Amino acid sequence: MNAEASGINAARYIGERVLRKEDPRLLTGRGQFVDDISLPGMLHCAFARSMIARGRILSIDTAAARDVPGVHAVYTAEDLAKVSFTMHTFFMVPTSVKTPTLAEDHVAYVGEPLALVIADSRYIAEDAASLIEVEYEEEEPVVTLADAKSGPPVHPELENNIAGQMGDEDVDDELEAALNGAAHCMTQRVIHQRVSQSPMETRGVLATRDGPEELTLYITCQSPHAVARWVSLALGLPQAAIRVIAKDVGGAFGLKNHPWKEESSVIIAAMLFGRPLKWIEDRYENLTTANPAREQDITLRIAFDGEGRLVASHSEYDLNNGAYPQAVDEGMAAQMFLWSAYKLPAYGFLTRGWYTNTTGLAAYRGPWAMETLVRETALDKAARAMGIDPVELRRRNLVSLADQPTTSVLGLPLEDITPAECLEKLVGNFDVAAFRKEQAEARGQGRYLGLGIAAYIEPTASAGTMGVMTGELAQVRIEPTGKVTATMSTHSQGHGTATTMAQVIADRLGVPYEDVTVFEGDNSRGGFGPGAAGSRQGVIAGGAAIRASEMLADKVKALAAHLLNASPDNIVIAEGMIHVEGAPEMSRSLGEIAGIAYGEPDRLPPDLGTGLEIQYRYQPPPMTFTSAAHACVVEVDAETGFVKILRWISSEDCGTVINPAVVEGQISGGLAQAIGMVLLEEMPVDERGNPTAATYKDYLLPAVSDIPEFEFLHANTPSKSIGGMRGVGEGGAIIGPPTLVNAIADALSPFGEIDVLELPLTPSKILGIIEGRDIAGTEARREAPAAATQESAPAAEPAASSEPAAAPAPAAETKIDGDWKMLMKTPMGDQEMTGHFETSGSAVSGYLASPEGNQDFAGTVEGNVVKFDLKVEKPMKITLKYNLTFEGDSVSGKVKLGMLGSAKLSGERI
Amino acid sequence: MSDHHIELTINGRRHVADVEGRMTLADMLRDDAGYTGVHLGCEHGVCGACTVIVDGRAVRSCLMLAAQADGAEVTTVEGLAEPDGTLHPVQQAMREEHALQCGFCTPGVVMTLAALTGGNEKPTEEALLGALSGHICRCTGYQGIRRAAKRLAAGTAGAAA
Repeated sequence: MNAEASGINAARYIGERVLRKEDPRLLTGRGQFVDDISLPGMLHCAFARSMIARGRILSIDTAAARDVPGVHAVYTAEDLAKVSFTMHTFFMVPTSVKTPTLAEDHVAYVGEPLALVIADSRYIAEDAASLIEVEYEEEEPVVTLADAKSGPPVHPELENNIAGQMGDEDVDDELEAALNGAAHCMTQRVIHQRVSQSPMETRGVLATRDGPEELTLYITCQSPHAVARWVSLALGLPQAAIRVIAKDVGGAFGLKNHPWKEESSVIIAAMLFGRPLKWIEDRYENLTTANPAREQDITLRIAFDGEGRLVASHSEYDLNNGAYPQAVDEGMAAQMFLWSAYKLPAYGFLTRGWYTNTTGLAAYRGPWAMETLVRETALDKAARAMGIDPVELRRRNLVSLADQPTTSVLGLPLEDITPAECLEKLVGNFDVAAFRKEQAEARGQGRYLGLGIAAYIEPTASAGTMGVMTGELAQVRIEPTGKVTATMSTHSQGHGTATTMAQVIADRLGVPYEDVTVFEGDNSRGGFGPGAAGSRQGVIAGGAAIRASEMLADKVKALAAHLLNASPDNIVIAEGMIHVEGAPEMSRSLGEIAGIAYGEPDRLPPDLGTGLEIQYRYQPPPMTFTSAAHACVVEVDAETGFVKILRWISSEDCGTVINPAVVEGQISGGLAQAIGMVLLEEMPVDERGNPTAATYKDYLLPAVSDIPEFEFLHANTPSKSIGGMRGVGEGGAIIGPPTLVNAIADALSPFGEIDVLELPLTPSKILGIIEGRDIAGTEARREAPAAATQESAPAAEPAASSEPAAAPAPAAETKIDGDWKMLMKTPMGDQEMTGHFETSGSAVSGYLASPEGNQDFAGTVEGNVVKFDLKVEKPMKITLKYNLTFEGDSVSGKVKLGMLGSAKLSGERI
Repeated sequence: MSDHHIELTINGRRHVADVEGRMTLADMLRDDAGYTGVHLGCEHGVCGACTVIVDGRAVRSCLMLAAQADGAEVTTVEGLAEPDGTLHPVQQAMREEHALQCGFCTPGVVMTLAALTGGNEKPTEEALLGALSGHICRCTGYQGIRRAAKRLAAGTAGAAA
């Protein structure tokens, strides 16, 4: 048994560095990416896009474009309106602000698509698109987070630019006292730049309407099943009529969860025009108009006692959501996990997503990664301030196995996280004392070395707490030939699931790895799976494949036992052969058994159905945690400000490792993206809202010369899911940034602290720290921190925020009884529900109905204010405290979500 | 717009085409000749995914016009492996070192390494890594690509094949 497969008995392929099934095809140019598909009669699309960030569209003149030979049609929003289409979020609910496919009467960001050209070739389509003339009445754009707080609403139907909000606007008095009264209190502000996911394959789709109610899509995506579900909801077509194929995808990293404005426009156009239409985004479009990620600003306060133990913490977090985010991100996930691995008694926060006139936000590997970045960089800063070794500071505060089971400060149950153990393993493999000696000597020679260490936990394999995050289906067959095929709900954009799932199946079924083929990448094969999002496929689909294979092995054994007149317990399957234990002469090939199973029903035991095929959908625990600690060593050149990474060690615990090469590949890719975010990558947007990095000469991606060789330590503590795996897809991109920042800050410590951490740390910014002046001009550009916390909200807010917000004098005529349609703004997006209320004196009872079911409540009524509590189990056990004010035909109020702050609720009488 | 009649050799086979003056070599190879292993990552000469070998040299086919390839001998990633499927030593080294994930940048990386290791000169590890700095891979963090380059420089690639 190998160590990597510690959750598996007698592993043969699980834990092995087997060669990937995908590679011979991809290495010889036989991949099948979306642009590699051509269909008879296919035409090509290009978009005309907005040149301004905000304004009314006065006219769109497409005449010149239509006159170009080879142009078949030019569509604007008016044309697309013939097909009913509702844009949905990642969570498969309609977007909370109306999101057009092509802009209708106004534009809300530079690059917003306005018109779509259909032509014989991409060359002609682009020629024609450039001839489309648009007249605007330009308005002042809201570009930055500061603009969003003070500027007019991006969406005129809204009161302000808050896309989502959680937490409390006023810091709790007790928390404030704890922060101020502590032995040490420090503040860390991190400003994260806007970045591009930059998959090497840009976005693209080939859509063809096969009949009045049938649609086939070839699309670069993260799950063909998710795309089919999304398009089905958007179009209101039965999902059975939508076929989505994505055999190979050239990376996605959060950008390609589902179609967005461009892909949707092409889909609608294909339905209208009736010929196959292809759109392949170019890199200029991808950089400037594909949904970007990050652009966040957080200020974290941390208080410690005299021994460096955490006492209290508070953060205020703002995220730029752009105009049309793929899902509103108010930052709740970052808050949830900020202190999840640390022993912290008290925490409070205010977290808000803001609409701006910039391209809408999408996910990017570890969308909540800010929590690890701000916390781990703050801890190092605090360690230096308090004179405590940074490893020792973490030892005192991390949750270790001995502390568990326990719950985090925000109520997350923790049973088997191992960040403290990963840290010990890390420092056991890196001589910190020897490094400190080397560092001191180097400083004597004017060389600045730095060591950065960081630790974290990562929620992976989420299933059952958010509608789209589900289990995975494995369908495993032994074909009549004796070879094994599996149809999986997984999808690979480089993840190698055709390899890892084959390893798991070969292992559990007892057949050679070479005999197993995995099919995926087509929604007509296999059941629903949300694909690569949230570090989930290895864990959940791996578990499904293990259980399905074991069930299939049991069926083989039952059949073989019957044929060989033996007990099923004595049947052994190994290397594709079946024999009776202790009687090697009583042996059959899997092919012989399969031939009988399919073709000779008379020879089967009476209760055993024909064929050898099993399907199993695995619903894992709601969440599986992965832990890690990383270390890196850098040298900063004090003359040039350049950072050279000398060493990087990853000590991670992702439970059972199916294939170490795949796991290390995932971590390495994430780390390279982390290095890019810390040192190189930035998508600047100017004051008029123009994205200014238009090529890969402006948007700097890490090259081989920027990335060191990574060293790996695997811990392999089995998780509670089948097989014991833990997700590993996003971790590198989460823990990488603070590890590198901490190393740079350590190297620069003779010059002082990095006051505000504003990424990326370009050479000019680093020289600014070394020379103590604002060389890069970042401080001059940056808004003052005080301004960030100021609000356009009314000044004199009543102090007691838990009380009904300025409840007016009870309006005697307000009738509460009856049914109300209500909308609650939650971390997972807007939640619609129907409330039924029946009052009797000062008592109220009724139920809340939502797609998840009905929940009864009982509470009190005072005038027009209703209060009641509801206990919920998901995503954790908390009590929701409703405080609703009814006025006329409308209802509004707050719902206190335990320690998660509060959510706003509004609604009207039905 | 000028039209050009071109004749060239692609992967050892004669190819004849009539192309617009502005058509890139990459688009001609993909759309006209069907070699879709030529991948377009940036179309402005930075990412390296579209690299092919033209008359023995690694070339970014997004920056070369098809008309310029008249009379040239072009090799794409489809032309490297043996007819029986045996991988080229560069492909074999990449496979064994897990040097790819999504595989989109891979053909370009393979062609640069094949062009530099295909002649009689034995390039150094530094030379290969220097050339690879002109290829962007977003998936792997370059770990396997670097290992494959090291093996190719040391002449140990393909030994296991």
